[in-house]
Amino acid sequence: MSPFTDEQLDAIRAQFPILARRVRDDKPLVYLDSGATSHKPLAVLDAERDFLTTANSAPHRGAHALSEEATEAYEEARETIAAFIGAEPNDVVFTKNATEALNLVAYAFSNAATSDLPGHERFALGEGDEVLVTEMEHHANLVPWQELCRRTGATLRWIGVTDEGRLDLTGLDELITERTKIVALTHVSNVLGTTNPVRQVADAAHAVGALVVLDACQSVPHRRVDVTELGVDFLAFSGHKVYGPSGIGILWGRHELLEAMPPFLTGGSMIELVRMEGSTYAPPPTRFEAGVPMTSQAIGLAAALRWVDDLGIESVRAHEDALTARLLDGLARRPWVRVVGPTDTTDRGGAVSFVVDGVHAHDVGQVLDDSGIAVRVGHHCAWPLHRRMEAAATARASFGVYNTAAEVDALLAALDRVPDIFGIETAGSSVDPDQVPTTKGA
Amino acid sequence: MDLYQELILEHSKRPFHTGLREGHQAEVHHVNPTCGDEVTLRVHLDGDGPHARLADISYEATGCSISTASTSMMAQEITGEEVAEAMQVHAGMKAMLTSKGEDPGDEEIIGDGVALAGVAKYPARVKCALLGWMALTDALAQAGVDPTALTATQGES
Repeated sequence: MSPFTDEQLDAIRAQFPILARRVRDDKPLVYLDSGATSHKPLAVLDAERDFLTTANSAPHRGAHALSEEATEAYEEARETIAAFIGAEPNDVVFTKNATEALNLVAYAFSNAATSDLPGHERFALGEGDEVLVTEMEHHANLVPWQELCRRTGATLRWIGVTDEGRLDLTGLDELITERTKIVALTHVSNVLGTTNPVRQVADAAHAVGALVVLDACQSVPHRRVDVTELGVDFLAFSGHKVYGPSGIGILWGRHELLEAMPPFLTGGSMIELVRMEGSTYAPPPTRFEAGVPMTSQAIGLAAALRWVDDLGIESVRAHEDALTARLLDGLARRPWVRVVGPTDTTDRGGAVSFVVDGVHAHDVGQVLDDSGIAVRVGHHCAWPLHRRMEAAATARASFGVYNTAAEVDALLAALDRVPDIFGIETAGSSVDPDQVPTTKGA
Repeated sequence: MDLYQELILEHSKRPFHTGLREGHQAEVHHVNPTCGDEVTLRVHLDGDGPHARLADISYEATGCSISTASTSMMAQEITGEEVAEAMQVHAGMKAMLTSKGEDPGDEEIIGDGVALAGVAKYPARVKCALLGWMALTDALAQAGVDPTALTATQGES
C-alpha cells in the first residue's frame, strides 16, 4: 500500500511541471519511463540555478571569493551524496555518468600494467585471469569488461539467467574460482526488475580475492542503498535516474582500493606534481576528476538526494512497490501478455518488461504512445538478456515516485487496444477494460 | 490508429517474397541497433548496370510491423523491375517518410508504400520503415551497382 495520500502525491507531482504536459492530440502524459531517465523536481532546478546565478566558478582553482564558494558547494554536494549511500565523502568520485564510472574501474585494471602507484598490483590483469559478469547486464556493465578482457588477455565469463529472470547461481562454485579477479553485476536489472542477491555473490567473490563492481543505477533511486551492507568494492550510479541532472554520475570505491588505483582520465587538477618528464597524481577522489568538474550538476544531484531524503526512501520504495504489484496483477489478468522477469514483487524493483505475443514491442509502444503513455521499447541496452529470454524486444514500464495507481490503470486500458488493432486472439482471457484490477499490494 | 493501415497489417502478417534463395550476387545483414530489428537480404540480378533487372529479392527479417510491411512492400513493388526504377521507388519512399507528413506519397511510383505515409509523423519509426531499403541499396552496391549514382541520374533526367 502506498504510504502517500492523494494530497501528498499531488504535492509531489506539482514539483514536476513536465507531468502536466499533454501529448499526442492533447492527451495527458503518463510517464512510465523513469528507468531510462527520471524527471527533475523544481528543488533540483532551483539548486542549479541558485548556484549558477550566485556562486558559479571553477572549484579547486584560484582563491577568489566565488571560487571558494564554488569549492565549498561542490564538496558539500559530495558529502550529501556520500551520506545518501552510507559512504565517506573522499570515497565518492564524480564522473560524467554511470557508464564512465564503470569504465573508470575497467581502465584502472588496464592501466595497472604500466602504473608505479604503491599497491597497483591489486589491479593487475592478464592471461589466465577471469572477469565474471552476468547475462542480465546493461551494456554499460558488459562492454567495458569485454573490452578490458580484449586488451589484457583475460577471459570473460558470465552467470546465466533462469527462465524466471533470476541469476542462475547453481554453478557459482565453478564460475567463481581462484582465477576470478573481478565480478561485475547489477543490483537491480533494468529490464527484468530482478533484485540480485548481491551479498551472496560478493561473499563468494571475496572468498577467492576477487573485487566486486556493482551497477546500482536501478536501485539507488528506488530503495535504500548502503555500500557497507552490500559488501561490494565499487558501486556506480547515474544522477539523472534519481531526479538529478544529466551529465553527472557517481563511482564509490573502498578507500584502500581507490588509493592504489591508477587514474583513467588524466589532465588538470588530478595531479600532484607535473614536470616535463612526467607527473605524479593527487590522492582520491581528486585523482579521478580530471578537468573542471560538472559543478552545478553535482550540486543538483545533492539537491535531488536531499529531496528524496525528505520524502523518505522507504516511503518511495513502498509507493513504487504498490504500483509494481498493481501492474503485475493487471498483466497477469491478460494471458496474451507475457511478463519478462519475475511476476511477483519478491526481490524485485519497479521495471516491468513485457511482450504481447504476435505483436512487436515497437508496435505495442506505439499504441501506448498514441494514448499518451510513455514506455520504453527495444532491448533497453541489454541485448544478450533479450536473446536469453527469447524476446527480440520488449516494452518496459518503469516507475518514479510521482507515478500513480491511476496511471497504471491507464497503461492497462491502453494495452487492451493492442489485440484489437493487430487482430490478436485473446480467447480464454479475462480482458475487460472496465474492470479495475484488484491489487495484491496497492 | 491512423498509423496502422489495413495494408500494413496485411503485409506484416503475410510478407511477400520472404525466405533466402540461391543465385544471388550479394547478401547483406542490417540491424536497427536501437530496437534489435534485423534483416538478411539477397539481391538476384539479371544483367549489369542501371538496366540490370532485379530478378528476385529474397530476405529473412524479424522486426516490427512497420519494418516488416515496408520490406514486403518493397519486394512486391520492385521485384522484376530494373534497378533504375527500383531507385525511383526508393527515392519516393524516402521523400515521403522524411517529409514529416507533408508528402503523402505517389501511389503510381511507390504502390502499397503509400500506406506507410503515417510513419512520417513519428521520426522514431522512420528508421523501421527504411531498414529494408537500406539493406537493398547496400546489397546493390556490393553487387557492383551504385544506387546513389542512379538516384542522382534520375533526378537530373
